[in-house]
Amino acid sequence: MPGPSPAPLHLAVALDGAGWHPAAWREPDARPDQIFTAQYWSDLVAEAERGLLDFVTIEDSLGLQSSWRAEPDGRTDRVRGRLDAVLIAARVAPLTRHIGLIPTAVVTHTEPFHVSKAIATLDYVSTGRAGVRVKVSGRAEEAAHFGRRTVPSVRIEDLDSAEGLALLKDLFDEAGDYVEVLRRLWDSWEDDAEIRDAATGRFVDRHKLHYIDFEGSRFSVRGPSITPRPPQGQPVVAALAHRGEPNRLVARSADVGFVTPRDADDARSILAEIRSEQASAGRADETVHVFADLVVFLDPDPGVAAARKARLDERDGAELTSDAAVFTGTAGELADLLVELRQTGLTGFRLRPAALPHDLTQITRHLVPELQRRNAFRTAYEANTLRGLLGLPRPANRYAATV
Amino acid sequence: MSEPVKQIHLAAHFPGVNNTTVWSDPAAGSHIDFSSFVHFAQTAERAKFDFLFLAEGLRLREQNGEIYDLDVVGRPDTFTVLAALAAVTDRLGLTGTINSTFNEPYEVARQFASLDHLSAGRAAWNVVTSWDEFTGQNFRRGGFLAKEDRYERARQFLTAAGELFDSWRGDEVVADKDSGVFLSDPAPGRFDHHVSQFDITGHFTVPRSPQGRPVIFQAGDSEEGREFAASAADAIFTRHGTLEAGRAFYADVKGRLARYGRSRDELKVLPGVTFVLGDTDADARERAAVIRRQQVSGQTAIRLLEQLWNRDLSAHDPDGPLPAVDPLVGENLVARGRASVRQYTDPLATAAQWRALAEEKGLTTRELIIEVTGRQSFIGTPEGIANSLNEFVQSDAADGFILIPHLTPGGLDEFADTVVPLLQERGVFRTEYEGATLRDHLGLGEARSADTGTRVAS
Repeated sequence: MPGPSPAPLHLAVALDGAGWHPAAWREPDARPDQIFTAQYWSDLVAEAERGLLDFVTIEDSLGLQSSWRAEPDGRTDRVRGRLDAVLIAARVAPLTRHIGLIPTAVVTHTEPFHVSKAIATLDYVSTGRAGVRVKVSGRAEEAAHFGRRTVPSVRIEDLDSAEGLALLKDLFDEAGDYVEVLRRLWDSWEDDAEIRDAATGRFVDRHKLHYIDFEGSRFSVRGPSITPRPPQGQPVVAALAHRGEPNRLVARSADVGFVTPRDADDARSILAEIRSEQASAGRADETVHVFADLVVFLDPDPGVAAARKARLDERDGAELTSDAAVFTGTAGELADLLVELRQTGLTGFRLRPAALPHDLTQITRHLVPELQRRNAFRTAYEANTLRGLLGLPRPANRYAATV
Repeated sequence: MSEPVKQIHLAAHFPGVNNTTVWSDPAAGSHIDFSSFVHFAQTAERAKFDFLFLAEGLRLREQNGEIYDLDVVGRPDTFTVLAALAAVTDRLGLTGTINSTFNEPYEVARQFASLDHLSAGRAAWNVVTSWDEFTGQNFRRGGFLAKEDRYERARQFLTAAGELFDSWRGDEVVADKDSGVFLSDPAPGRFDHHVSQFDITGHFTVPRSPQGRPVIFQAGDSEEGREFAASAADAIFTRHGTLEAGRAFYADVKGRLARYGRSRDELKVLPGVTFVLGDTDADARERAAVIRRQQVSGQTAIRLLEQLWNRDLSAHDPDGPLPAVDPLVGENLVARGRASVRQYTDPLATAAQWRALAEEKGLTTRELIIEVTGRQSFIGTPEGIANSLNEFVQSDAADGFILIPHLTPGGLDEFADTVVPLLQERGVFRTEYEGATLRDHLGLGEARSADTGTRVAS
């Protein structure tokens, strides 16, 4: 007899290198020599799509991976180097049909005009499955790659100092401006701007193209975009949040926030903060999904996943540290946990597979069926766009005259 | 004894946002939907073309202070389209035009190196410069560059990007599971670049890509552009339409290579050309005339006239004679965001030539504009065009062509089906791809370091 139907949850995976454990690349089924190939990424995303997941995220940064905050750590025993995440997403888009694609874009040094058209184009090449996860860069080393500004070197333990808070505010204010420009540019063409009117010889109705005239402290952008409004109207904007300023960015600007609660109580308090900021920002009636991030080690038999984690920790020479909670166990145990955490008001989960492809395959082939048995997850894709999968309507254009 | 015949290189330019592209034709499709790019790229690959070429513009064009609405408007992002096309093609080179003014070397190098990995060695970069504040209004750095700094920034940008491409030697990623060594170098991708335009230092994130560096294109025929191409480019995208002009240009740029320690084969000369096919020469000429009238409506003729005259001529009758008033000399304030207006270096002299021609042939304004702007480069039967293309190449007016069809997405189909087989029969164009990378297709050998002239291992 089926139990009471829990609210369905959304499920995503975060793809990064060989997985989220630093020693994952040494596992027997790992393909560390292929991380810089298209085949590697298309295989992973195809597997995620087989599991009917809402979307994948693809990590990125403008500097080498490092266990230190300010500079490369010089380690030779971990995966270092990566490809541009937006281009990885574009490369896999034509090979998939339903799954959402959310690459990371660093907003601190890049041009909002370029990123706006890149994500709009990702939406075209995926026919409506694009999103972008915006990320700030507070690293002095990454600033030096651009040579246009200096970033004060603030140690992670000093982020609560006056200097640290000022840096965070500056970075996240800029990120908020950046998302505003992305969104205005996506709307800068009305949906029916292209008219191809042979009688008057006009290809576009120029009254349906709009200057966005954004002026901020870090950049000003005139517009309109060179790329017409993308299929979803507004591709999905996501951000990872740990504390005050990032939570405000999620509440003010994003469609999806990734958060890192330690437990259900922590999840409730994070949600309360985001919902309150959301109301202050006048977005109380808009859907902002809050997904909890979890690093997952999954194996079919009890105890195996924990033993595997211990083995990987030993290989790396240290216990895994993560901003997100770490889960070890079976797919059934994880399904129970997710359904329980769903009761806090979290609408979904972004799972970080500890090792690829192992933990991804455990998610798609074992966790998903467990969730389906609990009536907590879809059994077929119900929409063709990422907004559709997330239950977000296609938004009206802010510049279109309302009739 | 005759010399071996030169092989022709062919490329396909996705129809652009000027009046060469006819959008009013019933066969004209979307310029934005990915399906158009797939059709175009797969046609080029089916015909064994060397590469596909995408242009770029970073601000919608304006004329008389309003967004220009008579041509195709809008285009997708270059890198994103090329990365997606890598998924639906196997061998076709993927060339993107990317501006060196409104980008920074670190991100552009990372995007091209990523594209080269994701396409298994098929990336190419057409380096263009721009300096107008009009376009700069969309970007952090604004747009102004003093005239003397324009090519200097482009040169420094390319040198900086080259240092980034070369910053990983290619042997760093060991990924040996047993020993636990992922990298052979604790600090891979180190770079340190301090010049007037760029002051950058750190570590590049992308391991050395299959081609080492993307193939480098330079577009434009100016003196600085030629020298820039001779020093640093693998191919030059030019505009010379006649055999004589092509031979002169070819001899000039190839002659500059020795000064940089380069051989004549290391820089390919590829003019951008248009074409019209017909069953007979007369049929082709008739089709060409119809297409020209589609490309130049009465309204378009006035707008093109304004680009030389640098005045608002909205009230002028396109079916009457040229305006009596002279062009306004000075900065072009009528047409914004349009590189082509820079070709009018002496507007008064050009206007005098146009008037003389109109008078001699008794042409209206529209007829004159049809005559003097953008006539098709090659008009004829498949046989005739195959012969002409081959003649250009064998007589050293070109190494190949970048074909610019007037229709999206099917404008290449007929050429692929009729002209390419004839070139293959003549033994001057490949019947199968021989190599895997774009450098292989173009016969370029390994990537070369632009600043020192030394070859680097890939």
